[in-house]
Amino acid sequence: MDFKTFYNEVVTDHNMHPLHKHAIENPDIEMEGVNPSCGDEITVQLKVQDGIITDGGFIGDGCAISQASADIMIDMVIGAKVEDAQHLAGNFIKMIKGEATPEEIDELGEAGALSDISHMPARVKCAVLGWHTVDEMIKGMNK
Amino acid sequence: MNDTELKNLVTEYRKQFPVLQQDIAYLDNAATTQKPVSVLDAMRKYYEEDNANPLRGVYDLSERATRAYEDARVKTAQFINAAAPEEIIFVRNASEALNLLAYSWCEDNLSEGDELVVSVMEHHSDFLPWKYMAEKKGAKLVKLEPDETGAVTDEALAKCLSEKTKLVAITQVSNVLGRVNDIKHIAEKVHAAGALISVDGAQSVPHMKVDVRDLDCDFLSFSGHKMFGPMGIGVLYGKREHLEKMRPFLYGGEMIATVHWDRVTYAELPHKFEAGTVNVGGAVGLSAAIDFINQVGWGIIESQEEILTKRAIAGIKNIDKIRIIGSQNEADHKGIVTFCVEDVHPHDVADILGRSGVCIRAGHHCAQPLMDHLGVKSTCRASFAFYNTEEEVDRFLAELSKVRGLLGYGL
Repeated sequence: MDFKTFYNEVVTDHNMHPLHKHAIENPDIEMEGVNPSCGDEITVQLKVQDGIITDGGFIGDGCAISQASADIMIDMVIGAKVEDAQHLAGNFIKMIKGEATPEEIDELGEAGALSDISHMPARVKCAVLGWHTVDEMIKGMNK
Repeated sequence: MNDTELKNLVTEYRKQFPVLQQDIAYLDNAATTQKPVSVLDAMRKYYEEDNANPLRGVYDLSERATRAYEDARVKTAQFINAAAPEEIIFVRNASEALNLLAYSWCEDNLSEGDELVVSVMEHHSDFLPWKYMAEKKGAKLVKLEPDETGAVTDEALAKCLSEKTKLVAITQVSNVLGRVNDIKHIAEKVHAAGALISVDGAQSVPHMKVDVRDLDCDFLSFSGHKMFGPMGIGVLYGKREHLEKMRPFLYGGEMIATVHWDRVTYAELPHKFEAGTVNVGGAVGLSAAIDFINQVGWGIIESQEEILTKRAIAGIKNIDKIRIIGSQNEADHKGIVTFCVEDVHPHDVADILGRSGVCIRAGHHCAQPLMDHLGVKSTCRASFAFYNTEEEVDRFLAELSKVRGLLGYGL
């Protein structure tokens, strides 16, 4: 696979200039996600009102793929209903496993820029770190 | 031997490694080395001509398998100058050797209030078994910290040793810093304090002459696959006086003398520690790998690895915004160069280099306590074997110099 399809502009841009890589004020829920293969850790914070994610952010360190993916993720879930965010997380994880339909990838908008990672097993954990964490957070809320 | 002669010899030996005939620069030798044809052939020949369950059968084929296995033990003993073949216990790898040692030895030799000294630069496999046993026994784990260049000073060691110290676990060559610890000197101090020393030789045995009797270490662990041998065979060396007193680690077939419902007698060394059907094919491969190393000779191995290491470090120093971890002096790196590229995560560095066929390692290298000690999350590592070439080092440096630019950072 060619370098450009993988470290494309969407990824390098979100990595260098993240929109949501910061702590938010008074988060309602937060959770730490760890990538055991490299030890990278991120903490995702969300503010949820009446079933809608009104604000979000993440802090931590990681590779360009994990940071860009988490930043895109937060951007997409802000303003979304909790169940819609979970649906997107499901789509994303399916896409990375190479199991998503074109429609499902379409729904992922900018996050679709990471679709080629399904061909790179070593980087899958990087790409799903943020999405997986948010998925776990929502599952925890519903308990 | 001049540089040209060395280069020609390396070129010839390199041809014996099938994997290296593809278009890659394989610089991850601290993780595992490639295997020469002689090792692959020896294993194939064993399975094609001599395979049977060893140590049991009375027919000729089984005796040949037994001989192949025990000959490998003799060769391994000679390779590290052990006093006797029975001091060589075959295991899967260095991790298993260290687990065997920690579980078995600590069970009878470690009590509440005792201390185990473990260096902070140990691989997780030389840290977690000791940590587990210390917690189980109510003993204290004492952290031995190297200085910023990776050296273990006498002062640091003296601070850790006390009358409570039972054992010191330390690596001979750090898999991150590449620094060689003066084990002979450390062993003297440890013994003077009345304790034993266990040495992790995973990164030293493949790259330098290791003589257990000269070092006077009590235990030495290493893996076959990091020294041109196959995966799945490793060694725990121990002085006979210690091994004889230790209880078995794995229980089962082949490790007994007699078994009755109410009384059991275990086998003599080394079989007491080798339960179940053993890895004869692996031992035969290790034996062939030792032959290969002996044939090449430490002169060629160490000279070439030194040339490659020096070239890599000098080259990295010439690229802006890359920091070498540990000593800045190339002579302190035994074939291992660990570094960080400013702003760029090591996984991205390794991924970008990997796309150009340059294989390096990124991550915490199974040494997270050392990463904490150094104040870094993870790092990149290039590690050499004598079959690597200066052209490969240059290819690595050329790709490395592009990394920041490719990710949108200024060079």
